[in-house]
Amino acid sequence: MTFDAVSLILLTVISAATPLLFAALGELVVEKSGVLNLGVEGMMIVGAVAAFAVASGSGSGSLGVLAGAAAGAALAFVFGVLTLTLAANQVATGLALTIFGLGLSSLIGAGYVGIPVPPLAKLAIPGISDLPLAGPLLFGHDALVYLSLAAVAAVAWFLKKSRAGMILRAVGESDISAHSIGYDVIGVRYRAVLFGGAMAGLGGAFLSLSYTPLWAEGMTAGRGWIALALVVFASWRPWRLLAGAYLFGGVTIAQLYTQSAGGLGIPSQVMSMLPYLATILVLTVIAAGPWKGRLNAPACLGKPFRPST
Amino acid sequence: MSPKAQLKAPWLKIEPRREVSRGLLYATPPLAVAFTVLTGFFLFLAMGYDPFLSLYHFFVSPLLSLYGWSELFVKGAPLIMIGVGLAVGFRANVWNIGAEGQLTMGAVAGGAVALAFWGEETALTLPLMCLAGIAGGMAYGAIPAFLKTRFGVNEILTSLMLTYVATLFLSTLVYGPLKDPLGFNFPQSRLFGDAALLPILLGGTRLHLGTVIALAIAVAGWVLMTFTIVGFQVRVLGQAPQAARFAGFSGPRLVWFCLLLSGGLAGLAGLFEAAGPIGQLVPQISPGYGFTAIIVAFLGRLHPLGIILSGLLMALSYIGGETAQVEVGLPQAVTGVFQGLLLFFLLASDFLVRYRLRLRGAAAAAQPQAAE
Repeated sequence: MTFDAVSLILLTVISAATPLLFAALGELVVEKSGVLNLGVEGMMIVGAVAAFAVASGSGSGSLGVLAGAAAGAALAFVFGVLTLTLAANQVATGLALTIFGLGLSSLIGAGYVGIPVPPLAKLAIPGISDLPLAGPLLFGHDALVYLSLAAVAAVAWFLKKSRAGMILRAVGESDISAHSIGYDVIGVRYRAVLFGGAMAGLGGAFLSLSYTPLWAEGMTAGRGWIALALVVFASWRPWRLLAGAYLFGGVTIAQLYTQSAGGLGIPSQVMSMLPYLATILVLTVIAAGPWKGRLNAPACLGKPFRPST
Repeated sequence: MSPKAQLKAPWLKIEPRREVSRGLLYATPPLAVAFTVLTGFFLFLAMGYDPFLSLYHFFVSPLLSLYGWSELFVKGAPLIMIGVGLAVGFRANVWNIGAEGQLTMGAVAGGAVALAFWGEETALTLPLMCLAGIAGGMAYGAIPAFLKTRFGVNEILTSLMLTYVATLFLSTLVYGPLKDPLGFNFPQSRLFGDAALLPILLGGTRLHLGTVIALAIAVAGWVLMTFTIVGFQVRVLGQAPQAARFAGFSGPRLVWFCLLLSGGLAGLAGLFEAAGPIGQLVPQISPGYGFTAIIVAFLGRLHPLGIILSGLLMALSYIGGETAQVEVGLPQAVTGVFQGLLLFFLLASDFLVRYRLRLRGAAAAAQPQAAE
């Protein structure tokens, strides 16, 4: 295999991993604050359609990206009102978010099927981008790819080093103690949920503006759920999440390549099952491994909290 | 507007209820429906459709004909069957989200029997298909059950991933080994033979035997939950896991029970679709019945008899979506939006079931009385 072919494959892995990375990183912060939002798929697809609609309407990819993040956050706000303010069941609310998001996105997207969209600007540095292998791998991506990597570093720093991050983890580990020493549990969780929604929206925006620059109904195809699995895989640690997202990007791409290479005589649908089967396998290995006691799941994950006033 | 500020309004006091309000528990679903219709009104208005005409065609005109009513039961049957199974699991905190996959596998297993006997069906073919459908759904529900009880893997994620796998598996079959040899290369199986189809109950409609069985299953589910030890264990496990442990109920056994029950019912529902309205295997067996049944279960308050009503209502959302598409040109996706909204409003109204809102003044006045 030539240098070019290798770098081409790695490039596609990066773009397949980026939407997963955005969505999973947002959910990681949400879960660290003790909230389980199963609506990632819904927020992602609404982000995707909002980004596409705004980008094709305004001709600006950047505006589209912003709209995607805002739409994801808006849906997350609905989740917040239900689960944080009204203490509704988080599992059921997350599912409602996904059903609603899938419906809403195809309603909005009905007029955008088969329409092209302006491509996102690539950041290219003349000279360096032309270097073999390293050049195209490190440079010349959408700004969103760099943003996703920067976000991993930022979230890792935030959770580990910053005071606000410490409070967020405290809220996720023991909401009652955090409340009793005066932290605003609900407020912290609202901010985390909104951040998670915006990140899922960004992941969706990347899908519809860069990965497959078009709108198709249900185009997230379960990526939101894979993002949820990735958080478990990463045992709630940002850098492991990065590795996991790229691993899954690799599985997706491997499946596409073997399909285009004749699929080794295997029907294409069987190859398409790979990412989902890989997710189940990974979840099982994580749960069954000798490290299962040290998974780091936040203690209050999924439990509703209402301050007694 | 910060939602916190809203709750700290000086004239309003929120208190947890000592007991869940029974009256409100049953009053809130209709309330949620009313709010959904109201939101729909403004949604249609915003989208530029005549809201009155749209709502009329969505909720009323499908019910003005015998055919509409029969379709209500045809589409309600799978929702009710699956909803009853899911509700048992939800009560025990077993979150089977993969009913759509189990439905698909039930249709595959039962449909494969129909095709195996193609041309030489007997009176036994249909019962055999039903058994295969149940077995297919159960086997598929057994995977998350095994992974959960053996390794502690979250059943929400595994059952959902398996749904995508099931859809792809069905598609592999209808594009490949099970494709109709005389079907002009369309991705669909042969039409099932007459003896492999569910009998029609009412001429000129699609009302089939499966709808009666679905209603019987709901009644059986009510008996199971109300009068049997297993039903009692399920309820205790969901409400007080500690107590269940002290009482020596086996958690893993109940996880298996819930997933096999809901998987088997979803599988039978899938077979009923294949051997009923569809009459063959096609790439997509259901328009998301497995997911909608989750809403059906909640809207029916996880009560089998409530699920009959909520199943019929959600069936109306499918038929209404189709009617509104034909009559007003509304996009079909409006059905999903309505279903999501309904669940939102229901979950929001649950707040009233568990908490009491009181005016500050009234609360202060009521305090001394409560102390006596």
